[in-house]
Amino acid sequence: MLDRRDVVARLLKDRGEALVVTGLGAATYDVAAAGDDPRNFYLWGAMGGAALVGLGLALAQPDRPVMVVTGDGEQLMGLGAFATIAVQAPPNLTVVVLDNGLYGETGGQRSHAGLGTDLAAVARGCGIQQAWRVADAAGVEALAATIATPGAAPRVAVVAVDPAEAPRVLPSRDGAVLRGRFQAALGLAA
Amino acid sequence: MDGAVAAEALAWPDAIFAELRRWDVRQVAYVPDGGHARLIRAIHADAAMRAIPLTTEEEGVAVLAGAALGGQRGALLMQSSGVGNCVNMLSLVKSCAFPLLALVTMRGEWGEFNPWQVPMGSRTEAAFGLMDVQVRRADRPDEVGETVAAAARMVFEGGSAVAVLLSQRLIGAKVF
Repeated sequence: MLDRRDVVARLLKDRGEALVVTGLGAATYDVAAAGDDPRNFYLWGAMGGAALVGLGLALAQPDRPVMVVTGDGEQLMGLGAFATIAVQAPPNLTVVVLDNGLYGETGGQRSHAGLGTDLAAVARGCGIQQAWRVADAAGVEALAATIATPGAAPRVAVVAVDPAEAPRVLPSRDGAVLRGRFQAALGLAA
Repeated sequence: MDGAVAAEALAWPDAIFAELRRWDVRQVAYVPDGGHARLIRAIHADAAMRAIPLTTEEEGVAVLAGAALGGQRGALLMQSSGVGNCVNMLSLVKSCAFPLLALVTMRGEWGEFNPWQVPMGSRTEAAFGLMDVQVRRADRPDEVGETVAAAARMVFEGGSAVAVLLSQRLIGAKVF
């Protein structure tokens, strides 16, 4: 099975100019573990909002690739995001859902994804045509090759990962600092 | 109502639209709403603005945080019934000190025939208060433009989170 840290490190290795938004919990730790960067915006709350923060960012920065890295539980709390993203269809947005089938932060309860909800099918049903499941290293390589280069439409990649918990790597929890350094990295006044 | 008063009553959504343009608002996220229908049509017709329909109001809080992160100004349009949906997502605004401009049409407060609108309508200001969003209110057509302008200055020059409540008396009670 795919290791979530290996997957995220591989996707970020060729990030190029990509801006990254993370969903709270393990996805935030995974991205931090791959190396902190001011162009990473870590969420520590706002569950269900990660892909939508990515949407607003992708629309505001149409020339930059935007990658959202989140978990199945976080995305399940904001399933409507797929419909909202499909309507806007920003070609520079990729949502990567690390699907371990459970809620790792709260005691490992099985998630709806672990109990049968197919998040890639949900995304397709909402109108995101480029939504697929990644289950092996070759699939991760193919996905990594797309991160830095916007395609013709938004993408949702649901990556099946091992449910094993990785050691916690905790980035800053100061939201104002994270926002300010991100905007500074884009050359924007905070 | 004489002609001049009727024209003023019709013009308040246009006054909001003019302020959104003047403040260079580029992303307007909304949940469909009769009170905002005229404004929503104007936004869709303007090539400089991105109209973003939402499936639920809290999505808009997150979208506009992303917009601000990327350097664009935004506004969120909704009805009072949606404000409670936003409470936890507003932690994003509060924790990261994102600007937020919300324009809220009120239900449940003036001639409301539907009692289901009253519980949230009567707690709209309190719900914003829970998350320290400043609340301003417009009750008459002639004060809408200046109220939105004052709120926009707080949001886009001061970085505050501000909601403008557009009273049901201003909009007119929904008639079935």
